[in-house]
Amino acid sequence: MSEMWTAKLRNKWQKNLPIEKLLPDEQPAYVASWIYTFGVFTLAALASIIATGVVLAFEGPAWYHVSYIGKFFNSMHFWSVQLFFVFMVIHLWGKFWMAAWRGNRTATWMTGAVAFVASIATAFTGYLVQTNFDSQWISFEAKDGFNSMGVGAWFNVTNLGQMLLLHVAFLPLILGAITVVHVLMVRKRGVVPPIDEVPDSLVEVKS
Amino acid sequence: MTGWFSDFMNHHATYLKWGWLQISVSNLLVILLMLSIFALAIFVPFPSHDDEKKSVHK
Repeated sequence: MSEMWTAKLRNKWQKNLPIEKLLPDEQPAYVASWIYTFGVFTLAALASIIATGVVLAFEGPAWYHVSYIGKFFNSMHFWSVQLFFVFMVIHLWGKFWMAAWRGNRTATWMTGAVAFVASIATAFTGYLVQTNFDSQWISFEAKDGFNSMGVGAWFNVTNLGQMLLLHVAFLPLILGAITVVHVLMVRKRGVVPPIDEVPDSLVEVKS
Repeated sequence: MTGWFSDFMNHHATYLKWGWLQISVSNLLVILLMLSIFALAIFVPFPSHDDEKKSVHK
């Protein structure tokens, strides 16, 4: 009798990502550098974005545009995004200059790149649904850009309902899923060593 | 919003131009901030347990 798909999946998971790798209590010595902390800073900012975003979604614009506590949560959401991008760009620079795709880590690098693009789309739709003069200005400028690319009929940046649903439902799910895969890839392959720390032949991680 | 901050914010963005390159002062400041943090992250030593032990023995 052939093995059930649940057993196959379990065995594959245990072979590729055992719990010791998923939740390690030790890291290589080279990780003791500030440049290795920016991935976690990015995740912390993302957690703040999601938490404040959930509060904003439950309370609505009549609350976050008017009340002091609502404005505070709105600002927390906005400034968390600013920090998220600052941390993510520094994380990207750090990983680019240490060629973090070495040692069979191509998929880790690619999921990070896709997460970056998905973050831009999510942030952009966020700017469009601020429901203020700023978002009005951005949407009418962007409308011309999207129309010039011929995609304005499918991605109408002046359609508040479409942009709001993309921002609070579709894009966070995509970004969240890519982020989870990215972090799991980092755990599976391990954190990439600095270029001058270890010869490439010793960095290789078998798939 | 009142006071110096509203006066500071309530005008058009200042742009810098060098030939074909044009950038707002605020965007330039954010880029310089990120470059500064990146340089600090490379060169500032990371605190380690060894440092803590040394400071305790002193």
